[in-house]
Amino acid sequence: MQNTKYRTFPRGGIHPPEWKLSAGEPIKEISAPARVIIPLTQHLGAPAVPVVERGTAVVTGQLLAQGQGFVSANIHTPVSGKVIKIDAAIDASGYKRTAIIIDVDGDEWDSTIDRSPSLNKNIRDSREEIIRKVQDAGIVGMGGATFPTHVKLRVPKGKKADMLIINGVECEPFLTADHRLMLEKGNELMIGVRLIMKALEVKNAVIGIEENKDDAIEYLSGLAEKQPGISVQTLKVKYPQGGEKQLIKAVTGREVPGGGLPVDVGVVVHNVGTTFAVYEAVQKNKPLIERIVTVTGRSLSTPSNFLVRIGTPVSKLIDAAGGLPEDTGKVVLGGPMMGKAINNLDIPVTKGTSGVLFLPADESHREKADPCIRCSKCISVCPMGLEPYLLMPLAEYKLWDKAEKEKVMDCIECGSCSYTCPAHRPLLDYIRLGKMQVGQLIRKRKQTV
Amino acid sequence: MSQVVLYTIITLSTVGVVSAIILYFTAQKFKVYEDPRIDQVDEALPHANCGGCGFPGCRSFAEACVKAETLDDLFCPVGGNETMAGVAHILGKEVVEAEPRVAVVRCQGSFEYRPRTNHYEGVSSCAVEHSLYTGDTDCPYGCLGQGDCVEACAFDAMYMDEETGLPVIIDAKCVACGACVEACPRDIIELRKRNKKDRKIFVSCVNHDKGGIAKQYCSVACIGCTKCVKECRYDAISMDTYLAFIDSDKCVLCRKCVTVCPTVSILEINFPPRRIKTEAVAAEKTSLTRESGKISDNSDSLK
Repeated sequence: MQNTKYRTFPRGGIHPPEWKLSAGEPIKEISAPARVIIPLTQHLGAPAVPVVERGTAVVTGQLLAQGQGFVSANIHTPVSGKVIKIDAAIDASGYKRTAIIIDVDGDEWDSTIDRSPSLNKNIRDSREEIIRKVQDAGIVGMGGATFPTHVKLRVPKGKKADMLIINGVECEPFLTADHRLMLEKGNELMIGVRLIMKALEVKNAVIGIEENKDDAIEYLSGLAEKQPGISVQTLKVKYPQGGEKQLIKAVTGREVPGGGLPVDVGVVVHNVGTTFAVYEAVQKNKPLIERIVTVTGRSLSTPSNFLVRIGTPVSKLIDAAGGLPEDTGKVVLGGPMMGKAINNLDIPVTKGTSGVLFLPADESHREKADPCIRCSKCISVCPMGLEPYLLMPLAEYKLWDKAEKEKVMDCIECGSCSYTCPAHRPLLDYIRLGKMQVGQLIRKRKQTV
Repeated sequence: MSQVVLYTIITLSTVGVVSAIILYFTAQKFKVYEDPRIDQVDEALPHANCGGCGFPGCRSFAEACVKAETLDDLFCPVGGNETMAGVAHILGKEVVEAEPRVAVVRCQGSFEYRPRTNHYEGVSSCAVEHSLYTGDTDCPYGCLGQGDCVEACAFDAMYMDEETGLPVIIDAKCVACGACVEACPRDIIELRKRNKKDRKIFVSCVNHDKGGIAKQYCSVACIGCTKCVKECRYDAISMDTYLAFIDSDKCVLCRKCVTVCPTVSILEINFPPRRIKTEAVAAEKTSLTRESGKISDNSDSLK
């Protein structure tokens, strides 16, 4: 099936089994739960500050919390009802953080939101207006990184973007949310791409899709033919092609310098989920209050793609997908490679939740770590050209300055090294720790200077 | 023949003398002056190179001592007052006697008191586990039990208690270098004043959650009821978001707070048994306290 004629990134990468169980399942909307938990930190950067208080009655789409500072995002209520409390609630971080908890009452929407299914093709807004609408709507990168989108739409002074890449790669095994979105919302996506192109003032846009999603490639290629400047690029299947830097390398051949931003090489990357959210925000005036979540797992009776309101507890998704499989060992938010296991099913879906994955107990435990045998497999799969076998002990023995010199901050945490290690060494666990500590040191250094 | 010997001796001697002169002047030219007192101070230090003083190794500390105008902010926790007096003597400076200190573990969330709600099987590092989630109990503040502190201890003064899953500090060996305090990602370990006979009274909990929530995941958590604050006549106990803290400098070890604590989260360690046990409740409470006193290694020997 796989053909080598397509492009991909040259360095490293792995081929985990795909397990796209829910690829054929149409997106199904599930109704709002009785109570939603809306964490104030659903994005990278400073937490949003609530503008409602206990007892406030809200209608769907109303602003709940205002983003603070440059890197932050607004949060809107995905349901109508009453704010019952603003309190600490456990979220995907594994800790209790401040969240707004709303009891749902009816489903009344803000009147300014256009809920009609019709396609709004007319792009009337100016560049500034598009960015402002995106910022107001609280849109963040929906591939998982949750970086506020409006920040990425403003190209920094002195730099110039000449190309937009839309990330439809979805290289994580199991996940199909982006795949389904491309199949079902192709027209909307095209307008979303146009909007982002206008905001960035670029003439070219490429939608990167891996060849295992041939139906999406065919469909979007057909649509793109009528759109000047937009094209679809088929890519060879390889993980982690959905990584921003890997995708840029695969599509354009340009390499983002270490510590740099994609815009340094004239490229801006947005996820297809984000693109659709931009369309809805600008053309339909609808804030980011729902997203598509893949609920999947090999023991799950009906792996599905759900359109879910933000704040819906994971337990509700499980019910909708046919109940928790008996052999479940771990519940993972996100994909199997970069996702994070959760220990509480009340954790809500947030803007960055792309999937809920159920791993059977016999597959989800860790093998005993053996000593490194210096096979260098981790080096050959590292898409960033790092040496994980070396970085791990540097972090383990707290040699932060050396870890920094060995470019630990360039790690994208894709987990290819841990996946491939025949000695089952917890490479990424320690490298991530190293990244955290080195990051803190760098910040401290910047403050003192 | 004898001429050859003579020439050899003369040549070699000349080379030797010339080299010596060159070396002498080179040494003079590149001479680096080092205060001889640094060596003396270094000599007087314990050479544990633990970093407890805040400097990388004993020699850096010695340099700092010589350079500093006063020894006020400089202290070697390993050598203690004795060493510092020696250093002060060498440098002819004044030194204020510091209170000896000892590390305490402020968590009693053992397997018994704090149920495990999930199973963590990642790498055995508290720092890593802390970065991921609350840990295998629901307490976001408590000990993770992976033993980063034990690993950091250079004096063999700590070990993990298999029964409780918590670290134990051996008072006799602890030098209060603070390596464990630094290593703990949850700031559970604290350096406190070392009292006579290693007696200790402290709130063995760092949980800032409201009482009802804290109680859900740990039966010996501080619930922030403020009873101890009201009981203390010496103004030694303060409250910070539902957590009591006993200032070891103000505490006079009267043990009144221990008796009023409803969750037995205030520990008394190395005290003789109480004489008055009028109520059955009080008796039960004291026995429970002493049982939790397992946290200190010395409690048994002083029974």
